[in-house]
Amino acid sequence: MSFATWAAVLTSGAGMGACLLVLVAPTRMRPAFAGWGTAATGATGCVLGVGSVMSGFPLIRVGWLFPLAGAQFAGGAVSGLFIAVIGAVAVIAGVFTVGYARAAITGHDGHGALPVWALAALPLFVMAMIFVPLAASVTTFVALWELMALTSLALVLADHQRVQVREAGLSYAVMTQLGFAAIVLGLVVFAASSGSDGFAQMTADAHTMPASVRSAVFVLTVIGFGSKAGLVPLHAWLPRAHPEAPSPVSALMSAAMVNLGIYGIVRIDIAMLGRGPTWWGLLLLMVGAITAVYAVLQAAVATDLKRLLAYSTSENMGLITMALGAVMLLSTLGTGASAAIALTAAFLHVVNHAAFKALGFLSAGAVLSATGLRDLDELGGLAQTMPITTVLFGIAALGASGLPLGAGFVSEWLLLQSLIHAVPAGGTTLALVVPLSVGAIALTAGLGMAAMVKAFGVGFLARPRSSAAAGAAEVSPTMIAAMSTGALICAVLAVAPVVCASLLDRVLSQLPTVRSTEVPSIGLLLRLPGIGGSMSPALLAATILGGVVVVGAATWAATSGGGPLRRAALWACGGSPPSSRMQYTATSFAEPLLRVFDDVLRPDTQIEVSHHAESRYLVERVSVSSTMADAVEVRLYAPVLRAVEGAANVVRRLHNGSVHAYLGYGALGLLVVLVVAAR
Amino acid sequence: MSAYPAGSTAVQLVVVGLGAPVLTGIMRQVRARLEGRVGPGIFQPWREMRKLAGKERIRPVGTTVIFGVAPLFLAATTLAMAAIVPVVTTASPLDRDGDLFAVVGLLLLGTVALALAGLDTGTGFGGMGASRQVTIAALVEPSILMAVFALSIPVHSSNLAAIVAAAAHRPESVATPASALAFAALAIVVVAETGRLPVDNPNTHLELTMIHEAMVLEYAGPQFALVEWASAMRLTVLLALLANLFVPIGISGAHSGPVGIVAGTLAVAAKVVVLAVGVAATEVFLAKLRLFRVPELLAGSFLLGLLAVTASYFLATPA
Repeated sequence: MSFATWAAVLTSGAGMGACLLVLVAPTRMRPAFAGWGTAATGATGCVLGVGSVMSGFPLIRVGWLFPLAGAQFAGGAVSGLFIAVIGAVAVIAGVFTVGYARAAITGHDGHGALPVWALAALPLFVMAMIFVPLAASVTTFVALWELMALTSLALVLADHQRVQVREAGLSYAVMTQLGFAAIVLGLVVFAASSGSDGFAQMTADAHTMPASVRSAVFVLTVIGFGSKAGLVPLHAWLPRAHPEAPSPVSALMSAAMVNLGIYGIVRIDIAMLGRGPTWWGLLLLMVGAITAVYAVLQAAVATDLKRLLAYSTSENMGLITMALGAVMLLSTLGTGASAAIALTAAFLHVVNHAAFKALGFLSAGAVLSATGLRDLDELGGLAQTMPITTVLFGIAALGASGLPLGAGFVSEWLLLQSLIHAVPAGGTTLALVVPLSVGAIALTAGLGMAAMVKAFGVGFLARPRSSAAAGAAEVSPTMIAAMSTGALICAVLAVAPVVCASLLDRVLSQLPTVRSTEVPSIGLLLRLPGIGGSMSPALLAATILGGVVVVGAATWAATSGGGPLRRAALWACGGSPPSSRMQYTATSFAEPLLRVFDDVLRPDTQIEVSHHAESRYLVERVSVSSTMADAVEVRLYAPVLRAVEGAANVVRRLHNGSVHAYLGYGALGLLVVLVVAAR
Repeated sequence: MSAYPAGSTAVQLVVVGLGAPVLTGIMRQVRARLEGRVGPGIFQPWREMRKLAGKERIRPVGTTVIFGVAPLFLAATTLAMAAIVPVVTTASPLDRDGDLFAVVGLLLLGTVALALAGLDTGTGFGGMGASRQVTIAALVEPSILMAVFALSIPVHSSNLAAIVAAAAHRPESVATPASALAFAALAIVVVAETGRLPVDNPNTHLELTMIHEAMVLEYAGPQFALVEWASAMRLTVLLALLANLFVPIGISGAHSGPVGIVAGTLAVAAKVVVLAVGVAATEVFLAKLRLFRVPELLAGSFLLGLLAVTASYFLATPA
């Protein structure tokens, strides 16, 4: 057995072993078993992933696992990269769970306490995610995908006493099963047209298939995988389910599970289906752009910290989908080199997003665990009471805002470069599509920055807006250790993406789209093939640091060492000192954006003015209430649901309770089967 | 790295650092004269900074280290911009470390630092300024990147030295419709990012209409001096960038000696002063836009950028 095979056996052993251990362990020990077991599964998975990238994973058939078809596993560098990312996220989230689940038992009236079945599902969920990219046949893929969906559903429902959790769980269950149906249908059509159920044979047959079949497979799989990745309009479950799940689970879902949607598109639609018509790329680019802009707008006006992060996940998946669309488009219309840059951007962004989003959700979980609050309008002042968590969330927010020094900057830079240099050869289509895409990415980046400034500035700085926020205390050392590891990874990715260079090189060389072209070199200096552009995040960081030192020294000299620092009261326009109620909240911070984009966001604001009895010119009280529903959900889902319900009512007339009628249906059904079979 | 490029970058930093407050002084003086006042003279900002530097250091109660560090960080990112952007020379050794996208990123980092400081004070004004500033910065982003895009098409690079050097090499390449549109788009961006009229009024004393001033309301003494200095440098660097992107006359290259650097300094000073006088003179005739009209201005700027990009596609001459 090869190295990677041993790692795979160890991973499945760790996952299932941890699950069993949690079930038999005494209550007090369960969080530790679940957490460390998940971390161990993740660690072996990480090894398995890196091993697969470096030396591949040989084809293994396990005949006894599934009846008839049997299971097939194989993997290359692409699978390996996704597995390594999932493994790394699982290590951090697992260690965090140890402290989080323990704190949930003792703290805030059992808020977010994890029942035993949820703790047992956690390592199983991680194991399922790790094995999905290794699946090498339709049956194996579909079975593992469903295992992942079911275990994650159990985890979302962990806190099922709350009604919001049950609603989120329902919407997640429906969306994930509909997506699953689309994927199964797509893969079955693909396999039927090929005559084989193994991915290798299907890849070989793909280019001889009729164009209509290939396009049908493409559309079905993009719908299925897109719903997993939270692409608009199939995103509605994501900002409900991710925030309601326990925070380590949110981190796993947002930083690891959504990536598998991207993996599906890369594996099935780019690697297996091969080159397609132009509209495939255009479709991905358009869906990605709409997702990115819509989700980041929602993030910019969200007041729930975890909901904000969930929308940001959707936004980043949109950006990655745009990059994949650009890969498809550029490999047919543009130059191979720019397609290679776009693909690098996509993979690097998967890695970077996983790092900063895992950290973001874990630090939001730390805040939730310490204060019981997710609402930014009630948080504030955490920098005084939870300084470490504040710094860690700051690192995550910097990454999510896509600014230099943050983890998201390099990949967004690569994506922009691939687009702006794509053009001269591309003809009219590219000349129209590319500028609009750049505009969408730019707007996304700008609004993403606004959302993160709001999350960090309102949630963690200034003064506490509630007593729960004022009484917060720093979380347990295991949670801090887990988050610090995540922050370290973010920092390394931000200044030295070179650590991913050798992995990315191997991944890129295995995809047919860019196999023969030059790929960008990611060293200390990022250099792009065929383009005279370069950038160095490390030297940029050094330049800023140098600037801080120079300016600091100059200020020190100019103020001759600076006298003692005096603490003074805030300026209150001559009135009494400003109370913490006078601060800007998340809602007021986002108000200008809400006004600018109110055609898209459609906020439901109600202002009620009650007048004094003596005169209607005197205002007694003004009450304002504002609710922000997801406009897509209201305008698209509600009519569809109504239509489905209407159709169900019509069909229900057939179920009239009469045994004779039912016997008649049976006979009719048999007749149809016989006619079809006899033909 | 030879001595000349490194030396010329140092000259560039000194020119921007010392010249920025004078530029602010010139703009105020022009404005004063046009409004019929005598004006305090062009060195008044330096005198104010000296006065502020001598004052006591004050930290408002309840603020965190973010409030204390933000001015330092703002100045540092601005200096980093000044080192990368070709102001005096196109031969900065730092040029390959950051392209125009990175410069935009540095600009936004400074904005974010100040916005966080505004929120950190926990006052209504701080939050108001931060909220408005961030909204404008977010909406400006598409216009900036579109203009960057238009400029980098002809030279196949988004590195500034390459763009400026290409323009200096073939001055006729600047005289295209695409360049004119990109110039207009960038000019609006510069006005919005540096808080000039009609987006923000740098001389306002009415808190409710302020953006930048509301954010920095709690700063005093040496820290306020730092904020003022950094803001002046931002304006100077952006105006110099605007000038050199479209009129790169006189900028020194990799092989021009000390004379070239002196000539480059004089040339950029002349260009920036002309631009600044133009901005100041225009401001006399402008009123501040209502905050919710600003997005319309920025949408216009985005449209100009988009037109610039399409124009350079369809009218591009092969490089």
